[in-house]
Amino acid sequence: MPATTMSKAERDQSHARVFDLSQQSLRELNQALHKLTPGSNETAWEVLNPKGSHSVAVGVDQPVSIDVRGSVGYYCAGMNDGAAITVHGSAGPGVGENMMSGSIVIKGDASQYAGATGRGGLLVIEGNASSRCGISMKGIDIVVHGNIGHMSAFMAQSGNLVVLGDAGDALGDSIYEARLFVRGKVESLGADCIAKEMRPEHIELLQGLLDKAGVTGVKASEFKRYGSARKLYNFNIDNADAY
Amino acid sequence: MTYRNPPTTPRKSATFDDYTLSEIRRAAATGIYDIRGAGAKRKLPHFDDLLFLGASISRYPLEGYRERCDTSVVLGSRHARKPIELKIPITIAGMSFGSLSGPAKEALGRGATLSGTSTTTGDGGMTEEERGHSKQLVYQYLPSRYGMNPRDLRRADAIEVVVGQGAKPGGGGMLLGQKISDRVAEMRTLPKGIDQRSASRHPDWTGPDDLEIKILELREITDWEKPIYVKVGGARPYYDTALAVKAGADVVVVDGMQGGTAATQEVFIENVGQPTLACIRPAVQALQDLGMHRKVQLIVSGGIRNGADVAKALALGVDAVSIGTAALVALGDNDPRWEAEYSALGTTAGAYDDWHEGRDPAGITTQDPELMKRVDPIAAGRRLANYLKVMTLEAQTIARACGKNSLHNLEPEDLVALSIEAAAMAGVPLAGTNWIPGKNGF
Repeated sequence: MPATTMSKAERDQSHARVFDLSQQSLRELNQALHKLTPGSNETAWEVLNPKGSHSVAVGVDQPVSIDVRGSVGYYCAGMNDGAAITVHGSAGPGVGENMMSGSIVIKGDASQYAGATGRGGLLVIEGNASSRCGISMKGIDIVVHGNIGHMSAFMAQSGNLVVLGDAGDALGDSIYEARLFVRGKVESLGADCIAKEMRPEHIELLQGLLDKAGVTGVKASEFKRYGSARKLYNFNIDNADAY
Repeated sequence: MTYRNPPTTPRKSATFDDYTLSEIRRAAATGIYDIRGAGAKRKLPHFDDLLFLGASISRYPLEGYRERCDTSVVLGSRHARKPIELKIPITIAGMSFGSLSGPAKEALGRGATLSGTSTTTGDGGMTEEERGHSKQLVYQYLPSRYGMNPRDLRRADAIEVVVGQGAKPGGGGMLLGQKISDRVAEMRTLPKGIDQRSASRHPDWTGPDDLEIKILELREITDWEKPIYVKVGGARPYYDTALAVKAGADVVVVDGMQGGTAATQEVFIENVGQPTLACIRPAVQALQDLGMHRKVQLIVSGGIRNGADVAKALALGVDAVSIGTAALVALGDNDPRWEAEYSALGTTAGAYDDWHEGRDPAGITTQDPELMKRVDPIAAGRRLANYLKVMTLEAQTIARACGKNSLHNLEPEDLVALSIEAAAMAGVPLAGTNWIPGKNGF
């Protein structure tokens, strides 16, 4: 097929730099990614045989695309700053921890602490996420196609968590200014987390996030919004039962 | 004639002393426990309870001011490609921007750099004031992850994974809303004016096996260049040190209960953890049992005040000490020249500890622009450098008297204890005896 008729994605794919973790070390992969400089031509990367390796593609700070073919262990794409990383499998604990910008897509499920402390960018989990999803999030957007486990968005400071399925116990415990949108049922809300009205601006925000995450056939109006009651923002002894 | 009892002297309870009574009244009136900064104020077994023996016939002293006594130390030689090399074994402990003013952070950087040692960031993240003036800067990776940024991680010279703090092992912090300026709020991604409750545990790992993988991630992100410290509060120093080593730490930092804090509950500060003196020998023993003593370096902090404290800690087996509260005093905190203002705040110079309220007359633990101007970063940095150099000279003086040409050659055999408690904690004999409580005689 002549190169001129290929889509950009196909063209990038055809020139992808391939790392096979059954042949090469994690260190070699991450070192090569860290050596990338602005304007590099090496914009597409493919990682083969991750086989549950920890710390795959951590600390990437250039706008490249990385396709990981298989499942990964802890902290995949940790602190990502600008890359578009897709895991064609499931992810272990702490995927995308402290992400700054860019995107991470998990085609399978994610374990605990997905998107923990993330400060920016978009994390999409096409399967389910386990407990503590979005814990202590600080500006990241997270979209989960399936369900999320207990204590998700604990101490979430800012950003948006969108869940198409159900949420486990203690959702949004001690939440600050993050917004939570859940389409299914919520097992229970944590301290200081309450259901809130879906106003037009929230519908618009949510629709934008669904579009960005490639979600189709789902309307923003199907979701409920949850956020902080702001009762615990300044200490009051009469609220001591909530602690 | 009516018989009258002779007058008696009013007797106050030792249990319900004046301070305790005032605390009960305060709790009843306000409905909140006392939150404050600084470290434990109660009297604890400390380095003062140890003495050096010096040399006579059985040991041969070195000549003061003439024969060299090395003070340098290398931290992070286990795995890091770029270990930290310090001229003196005294580092500046982590204190956050937000808790401290920008000029105070700059002064710490200036003073440390003049002295050939490192400073450490804190909960608020890395500031230009600090990075710009610290030749060697340790970046704290904290449970709250306020201001955590991979770009700053790469600008650091070492990374300190903070698991616990001596003033509050297992506890989070409480920075009251009035101290949250626009800049602090932005760095911490929180609304201005709310009480900031910092987390007591890392959100994305739950035990030593996870910590090992977390350290791997940090090494990968920073290309295995930077030493990874693990800091624990002095509570179970033997096991925590052993597990930190198992998790791959290059350096273990043990912070005893005299260690300071920006803001936490008084009841916590005074009642949780172990004295610094009690933490050292178990931590050293853990390293020795693992065959890692001097391979994984040990830093101890919490109430270090002078060269004698430094020398005693080193003699007990640590590689370096860290100072926080003492560094703030060297910069000018609690200085009597602000006595009138301390008095107006209901306290006195030397006792001011409401650092979280942001009204520090010395301009150090505040975000008030007018108060901050009171800190001249150059002059304050110079004072800190003087203090660090004096401490080092003091430690060298003692080491030479013990016949050592390096501070790191000091050993437990150079020490005796003044009390049974200190002898037991430090594992050195009670003065005038060969008795180490808990151990057999020689």
